Amino acid sequence: MNTEQQMEARLWDFIDGNIQPEERSFVEDLLNTNQQWREKYAELLQVHTLMQESLDLHEPSMSFTRNVMEEISRLQITPASKKYLNEKIIWALGGFFLISVVAFIVYAFRQANWSTTSESFMPFKLESMNYSKLFNSAYTNIFLMVNTVLGLMLLDMYLGARKRRFR
Amino acid sequence: MTSGPTDTEIIEKTLAGDTRIFSELVKRYQNFVFTITLRYTPNREDAEEIAQDAFVKAYKSLASFRGESKFSTWLFTITTTSCLSFLRKKKLDIHSLDNEKVMAVVENKDSDFNANQMEAKSRLSMVNEAIQLLSRDDANILTLFYKGEQSLEEISVVMGIEANAVKVRLHRARARLKEKMQTHFKQELKDMLN
Repeated sequence: MNTEQQMEARLWDFIDGNIQPEERSFVEDLLNTNQQWREKYAELLQVHTLMQESLDLHEPSMSFTRNVMEEISRLQITPASKKYLNEKIIWALGGFFLISVVAFIVYAFRQANWSTTSESFMPFKLESMNYSKLFNSAYTNIFLMVNTVLGLMLLDMYLGARKRRFR
Repeated sequence: MTSGPTDTEIIEKTLAGDTRIFSELVKRYQNFVFTITLRYTPNREDAEEIAQDAFVKAYKSLASFRGESKFSTWLFTITTTSCLSFLRKKKLDIHSLDNEKVMAVVENKDSDFNANQMEAKSRLSMVNEAIQLLSRDDANILTLFYKGEQSLEEISVVMGIEANAVKVRLHRARARLKEKMQTHFKQELKDMLN
């Protein structure tokens, strides 16, 4: 950016009022003392005033408003998206899943054998884990079933909301 | 632009079921929206169709308008998006369109001089002809700033760019406008100053 461009940028900020107080007084001093700055300021102010006073807007046809109103008379305002889902339900579901994850981790740690031997620093041997035993417990099965049902409910709510939105 | 009920009052009444009052918002902003759409297509019918579409979209989504910005900012954002969708659908070459438009204006301007119509132009026509010589983005930024009563931050929302970038573009747009006026309307400017 050359000096003239910098001067213009500062003056435009000054004209638009996008300037800090200390910068403003600096520009005001320059305008009082420097002829070049004064001339440039007058030139830019002229463009600014022309834009404010003379910029014209195009007009659409006379029937524009009527056409828009006819079009919207056939439509309904779409409900705001935040109303689709009840926040309490989202929080309850989130809380349930968080508690489930914590419970699962606690359960897994309680099942682990923490006595170690000198050869291995792992508290259990992964290759000797009996997964069928783990997933055979009645509590685990109930837990998985409840999660599946909740997942299906969530999917149903999501699809229901989408259907309402596109109706 | 804001005589009568405020935008917020109109929106509240519309949401409460008084659909007809929405026409106040249409009347209030139709010229502005149409001016923006006309910059994306030279065809008035197409521009009107996009403008109409923007108002219909705004109406349909009115419940989602949270009032965090001005209604005009929200509407102009919808308008800009509608214009870009239209261009994508029509697969128009944006740049060639701009050049075509600029050349048409320049040709008209030259023919005016060739016909020796040297009478001083009014300020209004001079500025509006000069603005047509600018690129679409430059013209839009000037219109949003000077006519749309939009701040730099609001223009940044409408155009999807940073506020600082808007500031720089606004400076450049004004510089280019000044340059166009000095190049194409030298005599008129001189007359105006005398």
